[in-house]
Amino acid sequence: MALEESHVRRAAHLARLAVSDDQASGFVDDLSRILDMVDQLQSLDTEGVTPLAHPLDATQRLRADEVTETNQRDTFQRCAPAVENGLYLVPRVVE
Amino acid sequence: MYEKTLTQLAAALKSGEFSSRELTAHYLQRIEQADGKLNSFISVTAEQALKQAEVADNARAAGNAGPLAGIPLALKDIFCTQGVKTSCGSKMLDNFIAPYNATVVEKLNAAGTISLGKTNMDEFAMGSSNENSYYGPVKNPWDLTAVPGGSSGGSAAAVAAGLVPAAMGTDTGGSIRQPAAFCGITGLKPTYGRVSRFGIIAYASSLDQAGPMARSAEDCAHLLGVIAGHDGRDSTSVARGVPDYVEGLNAPLSGLKIGLPKEYFGDGLDPDVEKAVREAVKVYESLGATVREVSLPHTHYAIPAYYVIAPAEASSNLSRYDGVRFGHRCDNPSDLIDLYTRSRAEGFGEEVKRRILIGTHTLSEGFFDAYYTKAQQVRRLIRQDFLDAFEDVDVLMGPASPTPAFDLGAKKDPVSMYLQDIYTIAVNLAGIPGISVPAGLAGGRPVGLQILGTHFAEAQLLNVAHQFQQATDWHLQRPAFAEEYA
Repeated sequence: MALEESHVRRAAHLARLAVSDDQASGFVDDLSRILDMVDQLQSLDTEGVTPLAHPLDATQRLRADEVTETNQRDTFQRCAPAVENGLYLVPRVVE
Repeated sequence: MYEKTLTQLAAALKSGEFSSRELTAHYLQRIEQADGKLNSFISVTAEQALKQAEVADNARAAGNAGPLAGIPLALKDIFCTQGVKTSCGSKMLDNFIAPYNATVVEKLNAAGTISLGKTNMDEFAMGSSNENSYYGPVKNPWDLTAVPGGSSGGSAAAVAAGLVPAAMGTDTGGSIRQPAAFCGITGLKPTYGRVSRFGIIAYASSLDQAGPMARSAEDCAHLLGVIAGHDGRDSTSVARGVPDYVEGLNAPLSGLKIGLPKEYFGDGLDPDVEKAVREAVKVYESLGATVREVSLPHTHYAIPAYYVIAPAEASSNLSRYDGVRFGHRCDNPSDLIDLYTRSRAEGFGEEVKRRILIGTHTLSEGFFDAYYTKAQQVRRLIRQDFLDAFEDVDVLMGPASPTPAFDLGAKKDPVSMYLQDIYTIAVNLAGIPGISVPAGLAGGRPVGLQILGTHFAEAQLLNVAHQFQQATDWHLQRPAFAEEYA
């Protein structure tokens, strides 16, 4: 499956990653080589094989619906780039 | 003091030969003298370490010291450490002071061990040479023109150079075993779920696992006993008792059935590496083990499957770096999208961007089934290869890496770097444990023998590795670099 620059642009948009025109062509080259290597998978017959998501086939454990964590907003906001009154600051979204 | 293994240091602390404060100061001095040449540490926490050492000495004086109390260690900079910078080798987290401790760190603290600092690594653990670090490459103490391996390259180089007796690493596709092999130390990747991932910065959550890197299997056994166990804060950690890993180290190996996967001795394997590994297998035969060839038929699909699954998980895990809650934020964002896209473009390095883009692409509409579902199906076949092999043999053996450490700058093409992990990567896909032990030198650079066992066979792997280390002394050999410092 050949990779086009439009695929890289779409992935960059979905991943919220700024990519310049120069970088985009470099990524097309690199990613194409990686996907060529990955395409070896297509030669293998996997008809009827159940996909494996967890190496021990474990499923998500449930716990009781109880509050176990304490509020540590101040601690966690100490590593934020911009906060005010306990809120994270970002550029204005709604005019 | 640095000549001693962790096990020997623990005995010396217990007998009062020296204090933890003296020992800690000794290693801090070695780091100060030697690490300018190696770049194995990102942060050295000298003041905290000396304080911790004093606490350990006081506990010992009061008769409350556990077996590892007062032992200095280092942590790969992927483990969150409260109040200490936790960068994951990335500019993105260069300003991140972790507000909490990883479970591994909590357990090590509770055992009274000392943290000397945080070790260098490939950015977000993505790499096999440690050249992808925002903080610059690490040098291999056996040859300063060689890479130490990756991604836990700082941990491996620091242990090999005698800057710390042991260190913690993580392994998603070989990141403990391959640098351990390249630096001539012993490194164990436990079964997936054996050690809690809580507070370990996530790369690929269905593959990531933490483990010890030290001079000997015996050292690793002591450390695994401390860090293993169930943790309610990691939903994938396994609720299963932790055996005494030290107790079984001396079990004899007579009757041990060893399988040599024929796919691990094929094209691309350096002849000197092969020779060292086959010599090691002969040592096992002399210890009473029997050897036969086995096959892991899907071996060559492991790297392709990994480079779908790991980047897919990474693209999701790394979406949290948004320039809002923590980490790097660009200057003067014009709007919210500009804030996200520019903060991420500035904060991530090239390899991380490649993997985010690959993962986003393969998960996107129109490609998901062809890539992601297919890779997960292949993952099941790869795991089945191992389960079938363990019906016939107790452990598998082969090289940890097809070559000894390569030169810095030698692998510019990402795919050629990925292919380095041919012998380690399937192990993570299958979730089984693996250990790399020093087994000789090739061109003056160390060779690692990789030993694999079935799920939760850590005690057996440590026993098998320890018996080899009783019969050989490769693990005790040091690079000349280590001897240059008092």
